[in-house]
Amino acid sequence: MNSFLQIRNLSVSLSNGQRVLRSINMELKKGEVRGLVGESGAGKSMIGKAILGILPRALKIDAGEIIFQGKNLLNLKSNEFRKIIGANAALIPQDPLTALNPSHRIGPQITNRLVDILGWKKSDAIIKTYDLLDEVQIADPERVVNSFPHELSGGMRQRILIASAFAATPKLIIADEPTTALDVTVQKQILKLIKEMQIRHGTTLLFVTHDLGVVSKICQSLSVLYSGKVIEDTSVSSFFNMPQHEYSKALLVATPKYTDPKSDLIPVSEEVLTSVNGEIARADKEWVNGR
Amino acid sequence: MVDNNRYIKRKFGARIWLSGGWLFFLILVTLFAPLISPHDPLAQDLFASRLPPFWMDGAESGYYLGSDSLGRDVLTRILYGARIALIVALIASTATCLIGTILGIISGYFGGWIDLIVSRLVDIWMAFPPVLFAILLIAVLGTGLTSIIIAIVVIDWTRFCRVIRAETMSQGAMDYVSSAKAAGRPKFGIMIVEILPNVLPTIVVLLTLEMGIAVIVEAILSFVNLSISTDFPTWGGMISEGRTSVHQAWWVIVFPLITLFFTVLSFSQLGEGLKDRFDPVLR
Repeated sequence: MNSFLQIRNLSVSLSNGQRVLRSINMELKKGEVRGLVGESGAGKSMIGKAILGILPRALKIDAGEIIFQGKNLLNLKSNEFRKIIGANAALIPQDPLTALNPSHRIGPQITNRLVDILGWKKSDAIIKTYDLLDEVQIADPERVVNSFPHELSGGMRQRILIASAFAATPKLIIADEPTTALDVTVQKQILKLIKEMQIRHGTTLLFVTHDLGVVSKICQSLSVLYSGKVIEDTSVSSFFNMPQHEYSKALLVATPKYTDPKSDLIPVSEEVLTSVNGEIARADKEWVNGR
Repeated sequence: MVDNNRYIKRKFGARIWLSGGWLFFLILVTLFAPLISPHDPLAQDLFASRLPPFWMDGAESGYYLGSDSLGRDVLTRILYGARIALIVALIASTATCLIGTILGIISGYFGGWIDLIVSRLVDIWMAFPPVLFAILLIAVLGTGLTSIIIAIVVIDWTRFCRVIRAETMSQGAMDYVSSAKAAGRPKFGIMIVEILPNVLPTIVVLLTLEMGIAVIVEAILSFVNLSISTDFPTWGGMISEGRTSVHQAWWVIVFPLITLFFTVLSFSQLGEGLKDRFDPVLR
């Protein structure tokens, strides 16, 4: 089976030379749901942003390839890039509060994308919007369409963002910690919704999260990131049953046990961190010598 | 799940009513000044000099707010002065707003070398003391209405530019901008469709604030005789003339001052009030 999205040796750094992503390799099959886990600052969001071409200005891509739809995205001119990504990929952002434009009503925020960017007819786009809101189980679409984002609850907004991400039936969706800003009860509903939508549309999903519990529920495979480097790349079942890397093992042990609230939290031990950092330093040296 | 705020009808604030009312009143009396005022603003009548306002002893009918030392009617001159003040306020602030907003939003959104150039220019510009800068400009351009307007625009576009740039940058960092970008909307489109509506409340506040400032700058320039020609009535000119006779005829300086005060206050309050109306979250 040929790969759907392939990332090869992707390296990203800050303008002062500090490396943010260290030669990332990753391969997604069509319809796969892959988790991307790591501590905060490990660069997991940056991979998604690099694919979508929305890296912050301060970061630059030093090397690597992102092969999507048979083309290396990083070699494309910016308008071709936008065309491919705009039509085939979408983002479910982290914070539903800032991810919807506060000045526009919900309806236009979904339809405008279809009309302006993908050239749909307006009437089709409106019908599609109602279908989508229905699909994400919004009870009162008439009212929601005419609401401003601040008039809706966090869970509602996240549903709308999901609807809007799936609007153009993209082949790839990058979910950047879509449940982090929500409370636990809503998290569960939203996760279920994303999973349902993914299955229904056969979308390939790159799910960025720091929650291994979430990964175990909805992903088939996962990549563990530490300090911008892929530490382990495996299927979910083998990760939870027999993690290979010592950092992965430590990470699993560190997962809080809800069944025993009195137990202490177990941090990743110093020795593990030292050894991982050493591994990264060696890789960096090679990388510098290779250039 | 829709919260209840939207069903609570917001009151149309006393702030907007009072300030808007005053400004509307001012515009009306300015438009109809020739019909309202019984005198010619320039006509001197030395036999009717320093007449007190109507409620005091020695007042003469027709001179409601008294007359100055050359016998010119104070009310008439305030009304005609309001014409200059309002014209300057509207044109100068609109031009300032356009230039400052366009540069600010472009440098804030695109960043890079454009931002570098615009920001350094603003820094250098702001290092000049504004009033001296204005006086210097008028000295070079010569007096007249156009010169005043140009002077105000030249001094004050930096204020807009700074604030709008900062606001654009903070909006540009929001997720909705990244989403729009990922969806394939071109940069210019994002700037106009996504960012501009969110910067609009700030623009409105600054614009009305700028109108007030324009009125003050015009008054300052006429105070130092650098406004339009000295025989045309301006508030600043009246204040300056009234200053010399403040002990004999206080009304010559007090009434223009009061008018100026209320006008500037109204502009700033109107801005604050309108901001609440324009801001989708506060609305």
